[in-house]
Amino acid sequence: MKKKILRSYLITFGMVIVAFIFCQYFQGHGMSRTLKGQLIPICAYIVMALSLNLVVGVSGELSLGHAGFMSVGAFTGVIISGWLLNGFGVESTVMRLLLGILGGGLTAGIAGFLIGIPVLRLRGDYLAIVTLAFGEIIRNIINCIWISVDGKSLHFAVTNNVPGTVLVNGPQGAVKVARIATFPAGFVLVLFTLVVILNLVNSHPGRAIMAARDNRIAAESVGISVLKYKTMAFVTSAVLAGMAGALYGLSISTFDPSKFDFNTSINILVFVVLGGIGNMSGSIIAAAVLTILPEKLRAFSDYRMLAYAIVLILVMIATNSAQVRGLIAKFAPKKKSAVKGDDGNA
Amino acid sequence: MKKFLALALALCMVLALCACGSSSTGSSAPAATAAPAESTEAAAPAEAEAEGEDVVVIGLGLMGPLTGPYAQYGEGAANGAEIAVNEINAMGGKYQFVFYREDDQGDPELAVNAYNTLMDKDVKIIVGAVTSGACMAVAEVANEERVFCLTPSASNDLVPESGDQIYQICFTDSNQGAVSAAWVAEHRPEAKVGIIYNNAQDYSMGIRQSFLTKAEELGVEVVAESAFSDDTATDFSVQVSAMKDAGADFVFLPMYYTPALSILTQADAAEYHPEYFGVDGMDGVLGVEGLNVDLVQGVCMLTGFDGSDPAEAVQNYVSSYKSLYNDTPNQFSADAYDAVYVLCAALEQAGITADDSAADICEKLIDTLQSLSFDGITGSMTWSADGTVTKSPLAVKIQGTEYVTAD
Repeated sequence: MKKKILRSYLITFGMVIVAFIFCQYFQGHGMSRTLKGQLIPICAYIVMALSLNLVVGVSGELSLGHAGFMSVGAFTGVIISGWLLNGFGVESTVMRLLLGILGGGLTAGIAGFLIGIPVLRLRGDYLAIVTLAFGEIIRNIINCIWISVDGKSLHFAVTNNVPGTVLVNGPQGAVKVARIATFPAGFVLVLFTLVVILNLVNSHPGRAIMAARDNRIAAESVGISVLKYKTMAFVTSAVLAGMAGALYGLSISTFDPSKFDFNTSINILVFVVLGGIGNMSGSIIAAAVLTILPEKLRAFSDYRMLAYAIVLILVMIATNSAQVRGLIAKFAPKKKSAVKGDDGNA
Repeated sequence: MKKFLALALALCMVLALCACGSSSTGSSAPAATAAPAESTEAAAPAEAEAEGEDVVVIGLGLMGPLTGPYAQYGEGAANGAEIAVNEINAMGGKYQFVFYREDDQGDPELAVNAYNTLMDKDVKIIVGAVTSGACMAVAEVANEERVFCLTPSASNDLVPESGDQIYQICFTDSNQGAVSAAWVAEHRPEAKVGIIYNNAQDYSMGIRQSFLTKAEELGVEVVAESAFSDDTATDFSVQVSAMKDAGADFVFLPMYYTPALSILTQADAAEYHPEYFGVDGMDGVLGVEGLNVDLVQGVCMLTGFDGSDPAEAVQNYVSSYKSLYNDTPNQFSADAYDAVYVLCAALEQAGITADDSAADICEKLIDTLQSLSFDGITGSMTWSADGTVTKSPLAVKIQGTEYVTAD
């Protein structure tokens, strides 16, 4: 059993590291600028997909408001970075990025905990609706706050009269963000996320989370506190989503709260479903491919998003068809009889 | 088995990325852009190149919302720029342009992607982006790489602050609000003004704020104000009845055309018919498919472009736009048309040669534009050092399916 887990770890990490080394190499050797510019957002979306997979796949709850956590993280990250630079004169970008990402994770985690208390007492559809509402609430709140830094103090207001350097400008969102996020930082964040999630899944709490997912009554009967473990998964996921948000926010000079709307939440859910619910390496690949795909379809000009939707439908059908799976199985001869892998349960 | 699949997919992905990377940098020939003007565009630079080595071919790229809710803006701007490019190429002057358009859906992240795609096509100057958020994100990246940007329509006050190489053809938002208030004070001194605005949009909030400030200064009477947000932008019964109850006979609509059209429809249903006044976001309303033109009769808007102007250049432009795209040109298209001509004039004045890199062109254009004064179809323009334009605004009124000067 131990050996199998180790092997699956090695494959997942190996895949990410190899992809990183390839990208790093080809950045200097003929990678298109479009793709270079997308590397950081891809890392952020991968982390988002992984963190949502923890909720949807491992914990078995449907969350439709994951972009809300990303939003909290993104704005916190931007505020922390701007505050450190303007208030304390911290020039080191690594320091600001690190603290921004940690702060983003922290606030999103707090938001996740607060929303988790009432929400995780609900089940199924109710939970989906409440998380959806949460995402919208976050967006609407950020729409009407102005935040600026003046000297060492932060100013919050609900009108546009704030002194000093404006960091968050109401409906315009974050403005004049110093773009300090880097691709290696994104790579480290992806690795960190993988370590956290894979360790959690293969630990005692992780098995408790999955037991609660598979049969709530049976889990409760052996003394597992379902609420506690579900909250643990949900908050961990929120923290990681907040970190992804901070990475994203610090990679682009301006973004508004409506960037993190319902559509973004659904997009991330699409990554998870396409990659396979509960399958972490699948989420990574799906997030990367589906972020690059719309850019690759630019040749279709006005019909680009239509083409994207069609490709999406085809891929969903293809990956679920028995024939295609059988075909792939032919080329992958060994160990058909093996027990399902740790990342293969849904 | 699953892991094998995962690995195989990952490998495919990495290989695909590398393949895409190497193939797209190699091609510098003009790829096919949007359909209507394709043939003329492809022919012109080639013909010019044959004439002699004096000809300088420059790649121009425009990014804007070509799909999605703001598509009227992006389409208009791209079409306008394309007409200008074709005209300039057909005249066979020293400077020939190759024009590319890319979709950004008005989103900053996608705009940066579009910018990178354009730079992959060896574009030297950016005409864009069309919307403000997208423009700020692009201008910031382009500032680091020293690529000159001339936006036709990104009107946010923060746009010029995004870099020293970003210049505007349109007015800033605060200017629009103030000028609208001044227009009301001059032409409708007795009006009881009502304002409906989008409090979830910086564009709308900014214009409203500067309108109110100027209105107070000039003694314009504002009797009612009512806000909405994107989430409630389909039902305006509350806002309309607020205007009606307050007795407003002149409603100021600082917003994009989509919600504005809903307001017009619902006010009409409530038998409330005040005079409407919009800003540049109102432009594009005539391009909405299936529009009931009776609704928009008499709607006034502040604009930089008056299609009913009898001047020859304006009429030529309007007729060629109509014949090519079968549509009435809006100010976004006119702004983009002027932007291309401004660039052409500036390139000439700066004496750009074929050897100049994008960064050289950028520095020279920054110097040139500050001393350039240009007469275009949207008026005469000069620029200040921060990149904002000085020109006189106009107010137009919709009559039939045309714009005429408002009085």
